Amino acid sequence: MKRIALLGMPNTGKSTFFNRLTGASARIGNWPGITVDLLGAKILLGADMVEVVDLPGLYDLHGFAEDEQVVRRFLQNNPVDLLCIILNATQIDQQLPLALQLCRLGLPAVAVLNMADEAERLGIRFDTGVLAAGLGCPVCSVSAKYGQGFPETRDTLRRVLGQRPSTDTRALQADFAADEALIAEAEKLLARSVTIPRVLEYDLTERVDRIALHPIFGIPLFFLALFLLFQAVYTLGGPLQDGMAWLLEGFRDRALAPLQALLPGWLYGLLVEGLYDGLGTVASFVPVIVLFFLGMALVEDSGYLSRIAFLMDALMAKLGLDGRGFVMLLMGFGCNVPALMGTRVMRSRGLRLLTMLIVPFSLCSARLQVFVFLITALFSPVHAPLVLFALYVLSFLTAFATALLFKRRLGSNEPLLIELPPYRLPTFKQVALRAWHEVYHFLSRASRFIIAGVVMIWLLTHLPPGAAAAGPDTLAGMFGAWLEPLLRPIGIDERMAVVLLFGFVAKEIVLGAMAVVYGLEGDALAQLMAQQMDWVQAFSFMLFTLLYTPCLSTVATLRSESRSLAFTGFSIVWSLGLAWLLSFIFYQAARLLGF
Amino acid sequence: MTMVRLSELPMGQQGIIEDVDAEEHFRQRLQALGFRIGKEVRPIRQALFGGPLQVRVGSVNIMLRRNDAALIHVWAEG
Repeated sequence: MKRIALLGMPNTGKSTFFNRLTGASARIGNWPGITVDLLGAKILLGADMVEVVDLPGLYDLHGFAEDEQVVRRFLQNNPVDLLCIILNATQIDQQLPLALQLCRLGLPAVAVLNMADEAERLGIRFDTGVLAAGLGCPVCSVSAKYGQGFPETRDTLRRVLGQRPSTDTRALQADFAADEALIAEAEKLLARSVTIPRVLEYDLTERVDRIALHPIFGIPLFFLALFLLFQAVYTLGGPLQDGMAWLLEGFRDRALAPLQALLPGWLYGLLVEGLYDGLGTVASFVPVIVLFFLGMALVEDSGYLSRIAFLMDALMAKLGLDGRGFVMLLMGFGCNVPALMGTRVMRSRGLRLLTMLIVPFSLCSARLQVFVFLITALFSPVHAPLVLFALYVLSFLTAFATALLFKRRLGSNEPLLIELPPYRLPTFKQVALRAWHEVYHFLSRASRFIIAGVVMIWLLTHLPPGAAAAGPDTLAGMFGAWLEPLLRPIGIDERMAVVLLFGFVAKEIVLGAMAVVYGLEGDALAQLMAQQMDWVQAFSFMLFTLLYTPCLSTVATLRSESRSLAFTGFSIVWSLGLAWLLSFIFYQAARLLGF
Repeated sequence: MTMVRLSELPMGQQGIIEDVDAEEHFRQRLQALGFRIGKEVRPIRQALFGGPLQVRVGSVNIMLRRNDAALIHVWAEG
């Protein structure tokens, strides 16, 4: 099968082009280094199946960034029949040297001018004939976002693939000395073939940046936007969540309850009270998670993330980090695992380890659902969003404090160089696709752990046979009693101790575990929690849940990304210790003050 | 025309790059983003608390820290 490699700089819309060309739902991001794993897809081009591989964004084929090395290694080790070079038409002057560099590899190539529509609005005119002659390959114009120009591009790709036989790529030897000559040639070609209006000064991006990057209002505006996002997730998600719970309970009463007469007691208990109630409690949070990821996708695809890096860099520099570290914390709000992998863009090992040390404190979506559940059960609707916001603030503060403590050992002065791409309004389809992709990941991760976890918890709370469900004689009761001396001082009882134990595996299980341990689900569980705990206990529990090890996937990622067992162990011990200490201080102080 | 460091160029004033005095890796990254000798650069704004600069080179906006911008020498008009 013939293979097409997609190449181009970050922020050229390469991922969008890939999605549009292949119809697959790849992750789309505005941040260099997000598409670290190589995405591939097989498509029908004319009469033949062709494999398309999306290579990481690169600035220079001879560059030394990790992504650039990945591209070189890929080209040296994998036969490629066609290079599809994606160029951002609005920044063609910056991109042409890379295009020339790639064309010089001697492989069949097609250059794609993406965002042709945006370039046209900016008054940039292309003489594609001259450009094609200069590059030595066909040139197509597309808008990957809106899908213009794709039939022609597919035709061109098919035609070029058909023309020449496969080339042996082992002969690829890039010529470093020729770089300067290429740049000079690019400028000459640019002058001959492209007309660019000199001033792009008063465009929309600059007008937005004057507000978004305002020296005084920039940072407050960012936090206001963050608060509004969470407020929206909470107020819109609440009713949706109730609706979902109502549906799930209805199904249980109508369809599952009659089974009680047909199935043996233990099997009904395991399937309905264990599996269904556990999964149902988690499933009722899907609407909140969907809303949350819609919001995140909107922020990420708009180009605002790199502005946040700009705004926060000065503060992060004092912590031994840089603006990218703050963005990784924000990415961690979705899931800590991709945020940890995102630190690959950092070259200095110290900086990378320090960032990886703080990312697990980022309040991820799995923890969010636990908090939304408990906060709704124990706090008034007026206080609820504030409590949630307080947890986000605490998540930042513990991350910052951790960085401050360890910056001497790990910090660095790695130069920081980030492009501030023009703002783009993501299309509805783009955001929806992205949100769906994230939710799908959440659900597949959740279902993997939850089904096993929930069954395990049901067994622990019902064995040995004859013991009262979730009573002190069960295995779970024994675990709880064993952990009790450790957790009593922070206001967590034996039953919640068992829940925390499973939360170590994945926070997605926590609610399912509560449902099984207490033998209730939905509203009934929420009411019981409100009787079992007061707000001080609940907040202490949430504080502990926020800070102790996020989940096994995070631990595994820490291990594989740091390639250090000692660092991984330290990260676990530090977060557990900090979780206990802060919960202890909070709980004891609140009790002393008479709450 | 006077020669200054990019970090010293007043906001909004244009300069022409004369020299990039950075170590090899960083120089390559700068070049790939358009910081090449003879190119026009213009600092647009600086973030609060001595934060990074936003610099326009060609049609691209780049953020870089002041100490890194000090490695770039430019000719300033006037």
